[in-house]
Amino acid sequence: MLLISCPWCGARDETEFSCGGEAHIARPADPNALSDAEWADYLFMRKNTRGPYLERWVHTAGCRRWFNVARDTVTNEITAVYKMGAKPPRARAKASRRKR
Amino acid sequence: MAQSHRLSDGGRIDREQPLGFTFNGKSYQGYAGDTLASALLANGVMLVGRSFKYHRPRGILSAGVEETNAPVQLETGPRTEPNLPATEIELYDGLSAASVNCWPSVEIDAMEVNDLLSRLMPAAFYYKTFMWPARFWMSYEKAIRQAAGLGTTPVHRDPDRYDKMHLHCDVLVAGGGPAGLAAALAAGRTGARVVIAEQQAEFGGALLGERDEIDGAPAIEWVAAALAELAAMPEVRLLPRTTVFGYYDHNFVALLEHRGDTVGTRKRLWKVRVKQTVLATGAIERPLVFADNDRPGIMLAGAARTYANRFAVTPGRRAVIFTNNDDAYRTALDLKAAGVEVACVVDLRGDPDGDLPDRADAQGIEVLGGWAVTAVHGRKRVNAVEVMALDASGEAVDGEPRRIDCDLVCVSGGWNPTLHLFSQSGGRARFDAARSLFVPGDSMQAECSVGAANGTFGLASCLTEGHEAGAAAAAGAGRRRSQKRISVPRVAETVEGAWRNLWVVPGKHPVGRRAKHFVDLHNDVTAADIQLSAREGYESVEHTKRYTTLGMGPDQGKTSNIAGLAILARERGADIPDVGTTTFRPPYTPVTFGALAGRDIGPLADPVRRTPMHHWHERAGAVFEDVGQWKRPRYYHRPSETMGDAVDRECLAARNSVAILDASTLGKIDIQGPDAAELLNRVYTNAWDALAVDRCRYGLMLGEDGMVMDDGVTARLGENRYLMTTTTGNAARVMGWLEEWLQTEWPELKVHLTSVTEQWATVTLSGPHARRLLGAFTTDIDLDAKAFPFMSLRQGTVAGIPARVFRISFTGESSFEINVPAGYGLALWTALMGAGEKYGITPYGTEAMHVLRAEKGFIIVGQETDGTVTPVDLGMDWVLSKKKDFIGKRSLDRADCQRLDRKQLVGLLTEDPNSVLPEGAQIVSELRDKPPMPMIGHVTSSYFSANLGRSIALALVKDGRARQGQTVHVPLDDRTPRAVIADPAFYDPEGDRLHG
Repeated sequence: MLLISCPWCGARDETEFSCGGEAHIARPADPNALSDAEWADYLFMRKNTRGPYLERWVHTAGCRRWFNVARDTVTNEITAVYKMGAKPPRARAKASRRKR
Repeated sequence: MAQSHRLSDGGRIDREQPLGFTFNGKSYQGYAGDTLASALLANGVMLVGRSFKYHRPRGILSAGVEETNAPVQLETGPRTEPNLPATEIELYDGLSAASVNCWPSVEIDAMEVNDLLSRLMPAAFYYKTFMWPARFWMSYEKAIRQAAGLGTTPVHRDPDRYDKMHLHCDVLVAGGGPAGLAAALAAGRTGARVVIAEQQAEFGGALLGERDEIDGAPAIEWVAAALAELAAMPEVRLLPRTTVFGYYDHNFVALLEHRGDTVGTRKRLWKVRVKQTVLATGAIERPLVFADNDRPGIMLAGAARTYANRFAVTPGRRAVIFTNNDDAYRTALDLKAAGVEVACVVDLRGDPDGDLPDRADAQGIEVLGGWAVTAVHGRKRVNAVEVMALDASGEAVDGEPRRIDCDLVCVSGGWNPTLHLFSQSGGRARFDAARSLFVPGDSMQAECSVGAANGTFGLASCLTEGHEAGAAAAAGAGRRRSQKRISVPRVAETVEGAWRNLWVVPGKHPVGRRAKHFVDLHNDVTAADIQLSAREGYESVEHTKRYTTLGMGPDQGKTSNIAGLAILARERGADIPDVGTTTFRPPYTPVTFGALAGRDIGPLADPVRRTPMHHWHERAGAVFEDVGQWKRPRYYHRPSETMGDAVDRECLAARNSVAILDASTLGKIDIQGPDAAELLNRVYTNAWDALAVDRCRYGLMLGEDGMVMDDGVTARLGENRYLMTTTTGNAARVMGWLEEWLQTEWPELKVHLTSVTEQWATVTLSGPHARRLLGAFTTDIDLDAKAFPFMSLRQGTVAGIPARVFRISFTGESSFEINVPAGYGLALWTALMGAGEKYGITPYGTEAMHVLRAEKGFIIVGQETDGTVTPVDLGMDWVLSKKKDFIGKRSLDRADCQRLDRKQLVGLLTEDPNSVLPEGAQIVSELRDKPPMPMIGHVTSSYFSANLGRSIALALVKDGRARQGQTVHVPLDDRTPRAVIADPAFYDPEGDRLHG
């Protein structure tokens, strides 16, 4: 079971949290300007990274705040936890960020 | 009854405490400190079970968790436990156990015929034979399961209590042997919070069964001193009878503690978050693979001396030791000291010359260097072995066999470090080619293996390694090193020679002929089976494992793993690490479900939510249904009524007089802030800017994929304040959904959300008399239809209680939904019931509610929708704004959502008005003699409508709206009713009654 450091509450067991999948996928500002394929890409396609990965978590059974986590999907090591809207830690950014 | 094989003194048993027990119905006596296995051996009972596949007689093999042969059914009735190894059961007075997998008895087993037929039953026999014809598998399976089953699970409710414990610690030491105790001492002396868990009742590990000396005194005295010191440390917790069974991410470790019957809680599950783990899990002895190596009386060498030294039991009268290493000579020496006649040591090595063989020689024990056991005589108990000299290569035997009488064969093929927890922690084992064993590789978490678990077998080295690791772990957890000088105890080192690994011992006949060479005793997997799987192309051990069932029993291959790998590697001409190592997964030993569930069972399995009027409903005969965690009245049962009668009565009342519903469970979210309307615009499909204060609007929520997610009415309470209602089951999900969007995508919106579901009690009055009834209770709310129109709300008092009254309706009748603070819910309800008596007021439940809304063609999210249904499919285009964006809008334009043959919501009227279709039934347009027939849709809701005097149904049908008036068929098991596709609004389609 992961030990996740909520930026608001501190380190807590994984069971208090829910994972929201890949981070830094912004909702397109004008969905109507997108082709079906582009929209489908936003809607359905997520990376399945082996290694450093940026993902969203929410402290469901705690403060109910969303935040971002940099986690290695092989070792499960969490290398960074940062708030919504914050930029990903630089070293990890390249691996997971997707341009939209 | 005399204990025929018990020594008169020595051992760690208490002869002052005799304990009576029964095994297979016979009474015996043992002593406190015994295990069931040692007590059976003390009574001369060696035959304890029958093997899994061939039903061969089996005896006790080991003295620990690795036991393959002695799974027993412990106790009967509600406390019965299947497949517990007799070696792991602490003896207690009155214990009762029985062999598993034998019928009619362990002495005479009818299924032993399998052994004679074994030439016809190779590996994967069941897969190959019973695959055809496929439809017979169901009946084959029953018989095979019956034949192959081990113990039986209890059928009664477990009468015992289990607890869960949560703990954080600096250092967890798994294993209470010499290395573990040394580690715990070193860590404890720094003041660190230490937990040391030992799976057995007594700490000491291998030292309990050896005659070693530490600091010039019996090792057990050092153990006692170490325990005393640890017990005196306030931050150290000693957990005997506790197995570390699971090692998970981020040093989260799970332990199972057996507490026994006397303390109220039978077992405890410990969930421990550890800073540094020391794995001192020891090693498990390897058996040797030779002809008929499974006969009762063949025992691991280490186990044999454990029985002699620790339990004062002689497992036989005359022993042969069969080994490839020096360690087994300890068994020869110890058995001899215990009075067992040691016939000889058969050593696969040509010239054994370590300290221990020298000592055996000095004791006059015959050593046959370069010999092998080639045959075993005796079926239910060994009575002799044949031994032959190996040729120079070790691949074959030479010369004449020699017969040696014996009733005990102690075998040793070396030792395997117990890597299970290391492997579970994510570490990969490293193959030590020089010694042909797997040792821990690099650590992936904050853990360290010590002692035998690390491939360090000498006692002196174990103690040193333990001390160092314990001190390092405490330092790693942030503790300062102890100022006290740690003196590592003195132990005389014994020089031991190398092992000789002959993975299959050669014999007179080729492997697979005349005799069986067992690799996995638990699952009856032989060397021949593994060779067959290699010939049939199973190259990886993971495949071989599944094909042959190697290592798949409750023991998880603790004794068979390495031999299986080695035989497969040899067959493929590969190196052992190239055929793969098994990844060990939790649990290390079986964990009872009771411990995992703890007290979260029965009423505590899930929280139950009750409305303020719950007890009134109970007294009124309500039959409840679960909606999420809520208990909602499904219908109110009256004597002599069927459920159908009750629902009809409730439905008729709603349309003809007045009916009352407890709607408190609907989700309610108070939305406040200047951007509240904008939030609604984005999450609902329709527009919210124009909604006036004190007005309500129906809203439909979609997922971003365009599929219907939830619906409900939202009211505008003030300039910047709205009250959203959600479906009962979706309240938490919708709250989470709104929070997610606000926090992750739209942090700029100034909106606050508060769940107020439980703060309000909601009472709905429906029917022609609803207005008159409510009128008697309020003076400050004008209930006139013009002053208080449909889809609006008023705040005032009802029955003297501050209330919000909404004119909204889920029944299609003129309705008033009265919300009062939850504490007043029951008072309001009883007041309305009392005054409503003269109108025949009728409480109704969710079933009537479902019928009433279906009569109107209103959907229920989760019943008419299943995550694949769009608003267009439901014919709800009217609720989709064309002017603004909303979540899911773009997806409605996707090609798949535009398909013409999507399933659409329609009504269904059966030709026979009394025929009620089952929900979920498939619909076909063209009836054929037998399936398959093209299915065009399915029934989503179906009821008998008392108001309409006939059955009605809602259905999703491909291109359904274009099929109105068409007749379709609904093939069922026993009949095929016909139905006509109709508009889903069956009752009052114009909605006149709503507005009245």
